Amino acid sequence: MGAIWVIAELNGDGSLARISMEAATLARSLAASSGFDASGIVVAADPAPAAAELAAYLPRVVTVSEPEAAGNAWASVAAERASSVIGRDPAAVVIVGSGPDGRDIAGALSALTDLGILVNATGVAWTDAGPSVEMSVFGGKLITTSTFSARGGIVTIRPNTVAAEPAAGPGAIERASPASALTLPRVAVLERVEEAGAAAPIEEARIIVSGGRGVGSTQGFDLVASVAAALGGAVGATRAAVDAGWIPYAQQIGQTGKIVKPELYLALGISGAIQHKVGMQTAGTIVAINRDPDAPIAEFADLLVVGDLFEVVPALLVALGSRTG
Amino acid sequence: MHIVVLTKPVPDPAAAAERLGPDLRLDRAASPAVVNANDEYALEAALKLTEAFGGEITLLTMAPAGGSDTMRKALAMGATRGILVADPALAGSDTRSTSVVLAATLGDLAYDLVLAGADTSDGGGGVVPAAVATLLRLPYLGNAAKIEPDPAAGRVRVRSFTPIGFDLLEAPMPALIVCTQALGEPRYPSLKGIMAARSKEIATRTLGDIGVDAAAVGGAVASTRVVETRKPPARGATTMVRGTAAEGADAIVAFLAERRII
Repeated sequence: MGAIWVIAELNGDGSLARISMEAATLARSLAASSGFDASGIVVAADPAPAAAELAAYLPRVVTVSEPEAAGNAWASVAAERASSVIGRDPAAVVIVGSGPDGRDIAGALSALTDLGILVNATGVAWTDAGPSVEMSVFGGKLITTSTFSARGGIVTIRPNTVAAEPAAGPGAIERASPASALTLPRVAVLERVEEAGAAAPIEEARIIVSGGRGVGSTQGFDLVASVAAALGGAVGATRAAVDAGWIPYAQQIGQTGKIVKPELYLALGISGAIQHKVGMQTAGTIVAINRDPDAPIAEFADLLVVGDLFEVVPALLVALGSRTG
Repeated sequence: MHIVVLTKPVPDPAAAAERLGPDLRLDRAASPAVVNANDEYALEAALKLTEAFGGEITLLTMAPAGGSDTMRKALAMGATRGILVADPALAGSDTRSTSVVLAATLGDLAYDLVLAGADTSDGGGGVVPAAVATLLRLPYLGNAAKIEPDPAAGRVRVRSFTPIGFDLLEAPMPALIVCTQALGEPRYPSLKGIMAARSKEIATRTLGDIGVDAAAVGGAVASTRVVETRKPPARGATTMVRGTAAEGADAIVAFLAERRII
């Protein structure tokens, strides 16, 4: 036995989350190296839209039409249905994202199938021992490579671990009809609330413009948002800025927030304390504007502009505007 | 209400002294241990709930025997008692063993809620709470920004963050809830709390006590293993620009253009 699986994670509107496109691209390359089949699983009340999207990346997509997935918390419903599709196969490799849905799926699926879990992968390759999984540990000081004792297991991958790339042709979509009722307790969703200004997930952003204590206020974050808009990026923040109430927790980057790996990280008024550094140090390029040339961020930024961000940022907006305009 | 809070001692990230031992497992002696930062948010949430509704808080920790030292700080914040599952056979446990052990220990306790932190700063997986809930067939409510129990009705409502806002979730108790920082800044232990914590009970349980077969958990049956480590590639030197605001802005634009980011 042995197979590579991707459990699709969905956006609020039922479309396929970008992380699942990346997971599917990775699954296809692992399938090519291992000779195993790569398949996707979509569990939803209406799995058709996401299944069509996922089939662009994988040769085979199994859909489970599950009415209970609509009015209930999704992850445990999806994990239970996915576990019956995957079956008891200790050599099965299951790939999900490292965000909240992926973690919940991974934990529940591990309990249901006895598969082990390797978390927060930043790279996955195929070896004789099955998948070999790289992760960054100890605040980025060390990179470890791990394998599963039983060859199979669940891997949660960080966003931007691979670039999503559709397959040459679309895959087949088949339906699985679960024979048994769900056994895990359901958690009812009484209400789904969209918050005004809820931004795109910062984990997936190619460019992040982030503000810290030095931004000083909610109004200061308007300036951060202007730079983000000019660069086509998302807004991030340090814990200090979130604790001060200048920006929602969803934008927090760091040890108790999100871990991001954008192509560009522009840090405004951020000193670069270790708790923040662990959330963004693998960014492709780090540019900082800070008044203090001795701030910790001076040690790991690629470019540090020493100056008052309230003077440099308006000048930067002008410079960017004259470039594109 | 009786609330169990899952806590884990982790190497202090601020000390930055973490390392692997020769067996490629975390060398827990190399670094001072602290309570995992995200677990403190769960404990703070539990303290607020017991202040509002009455009741007790039990800390549940799986760790080497020295784990009781970090539990004292959490007891000083106001938890009622601690349970430390410590057994030599647990060295090298993976997330599966950890989940099995925590679930088995919870199986002997009576509680309304189990609260856990979003993830740990050492392993960082955030997968154990969902596994524990699944093993115990408990309702699982993730990403909590607000917790509102209704003890009379035996139900709990949770405002759970989503990428676009939040979901309002409801489940019968007992239930397991994963807490976020949005629940509020953890309090500092008071002097009185620190004094009181010295005499609070930390019960130690072995695998035999919780009825888990030592051959079924721990390093010998770990589902994953580290096979190799390397240093991350060093970032290049930092270019520092001083001058007027316009010079700084131009330097950024030129730098981004050179790297083809804009």
